[in-house]
Amino acid sequence: MTLYRFKKALSTPTPYLMFFGIALWLGCYYLFVEGWQLPRFNKLPGPVEVITEWLNPNPDWGMSLFTPIYYEHTLVSCRRILIAFAIATGVGVPLGLFMGWSKTFRDYSFPILETLRPIPILAWVPLAILMFSGLETPVIYLATLASLFVTTLNTLLGVDSIDEEYFRAARCLGAKPHHVFMHVVIPGALPFIFTGLQISIGVAWFSLVAAEMVSGEFGLGYLIVDAYMNVTYVIMVIGMLTLGFVGWFSAALVRIAGNRMMEWRVRALALEGR
Amino acid sequence: MNAEVKSGQNQATLELQNVSRSYGDEWSQEHIIADFSLTVESNKLTVLVGPSGCGKSTLVNLIAGFDKPDSGKILLNGKQVTGPGQDRMVVFQETALMPWQTTRQNVVFGPKLRGERSDADIDAEANRLLDKVGLAEFKDKYPIQLSGGMQRRAELARAMINHPLIMIMDEPFRGLDAMSRELMQEFFVRLYEENRRTNLFVTSEIEEAIFLADRLVVLSNRPTSVRKVIDITLPRPRDFHMLSSTEAYEYKREAMELLHEEAMRSFNRASGSGLMDAIAGGGGGD
Repeated sequence: MTLYRFKKALSTPTPYLMFFGIALWLGCYYLFVEGWQLPRFNKLPGPVEVITEWLNPNPDWGMSLFTPIYYEHTLVSCRRILIAFAIATGVGVPLGLFMGWSKTFRDYSFPILETLRPIPILAWVPLAILMFSGLETPVIYLATLASLFVTTLNTLLGVDSIDEEYFRAARCLGAKPHHVFMHVVIPGALPFIFTGLQISIGVAWFSLVAAEMVSGEFGLGYLIVDAYMNVTYVIMVIGMLTLGFVGWFSAALVRIAGNRMMEWRVRALALEGR
Repeated sequence: MNAEVKSGQNQATLELQNVSRSYGDEWSQEHIIADFSLTVESNKLTVLVGPSGCGKSTLVNLIAGFDKPDSGKILLNGKQVTGPGQDRMVVFQETALMPWQTTRQNVVFGPKLRGERSDADIDAEANRLLDKVGLAEFKDKYPIQLSGGMQRRAELARAMINHPLIMIMDEPFRGLDAMSRELMQEFFVRLYEENRRTNLFVTSEIEEAIFLADRLVVLSNRPTSVRKVIDITLPRPRDFHMLSSTEAYEYKREAMELLHEEAMRSFNRASGSGLMDAIAGGGGGD
């Protein structure tokens, strides 16, 4: 089955286009920095230098795929994201569902959400430091906050998007309010919830790195700033690319979880040829 | 909850007494339904036909209990309707099957929630009904994977499993292509003739109305009230050939004339001129 899928994927243009896209990007990067050595890029490490260092068992700058410190930074960031994302989802989804479901609850909670939401996450940094001691909690708090707003708002919009007919049909069939909540509100909002979760995990990474740059002694954000300060630009680029890969991977995990929970939607999209 | 009623023997008379409903603010009220009185007779198929936009759906919402009349009463077997309930099953205009449930899950949804019967009993009846509507092979598919006609049949099964006293069909075959529509009409008429469950069917198609109806109720334009009730005495079981009989033609002519008058009235009111009267003078009421 896996082999069949793999073969089928190879018969479509997708993998080739992906490969071509990456090659094009890497090619430009190489030409600008190492090939033509354009003045704007002369301080940056080129792709050859970065990849050699990344795969070097005895790295010149002290960090590569073979050193434990690299994994320590990555894992610290991943763990923070996991905690922040779990809290934000655990609070944001129920909050959004209730706001969408109950007009009363929405009336008094929506203005607060809408006032807090536009405050940039960096503006919360001092407050986070004042409120929480240590280095770990403020960072997680900031990432949680950013992704909480996105999740709540998307869940709320998800409930709004449910066609009135489904509520009527359920009530006609004798559903009590808690049945409606379980069988109409939650499944009906799921597509929006998962779109929201994909955005929210991106936002979580974004604010985590910002927070790590301001405070912290571990994590990819810290690594990037630290490398910049120490003029070890190769490590800075390695940190950035690592961030790109783990970010992509985490978003993919959310997408897979979503597809698992919404088989009906996967089939619907498949029928539209997507 | 009443004890289970055997289908086919359930008596259900729905009475609408001087029902009115209007929308809007006090200073710009729009009267959708005014002084509407009708008795939907037990074990008959009553078809409401009216010009589009005349408030048929509002009427359905009132009977279903999604909405409340401003004045007047709606009584089912003498008991006032206060909210939605499974004694009145609505089959909606566009499909309202839950897209996140398979066909079978949709069908068993109501009875399983209410838990009045054992799961085994419900499953057995669901299988029987799905068989009957020709969806046995599709019971584990999602609604999106079914054709329009199949979705309507699934919805019929979802309504029937609840043994409602009355079925309310709100333009259920709208949006189907001509061929599926005809097939669905034939299917539906067979289904009705089997157990003669009290049925209120709303449509804007006259031929569909005459083909199905025991009693044809022609509605007036807004504010909606009953223009005329025509008893359709075409023999049962019905088939499409009957539509070309002189009898059917007479019904059709009568209904068309009434509807045409109503449509013209609203057109003139909307355009504020008698222009359409001039046009209608020549070609109206065919």
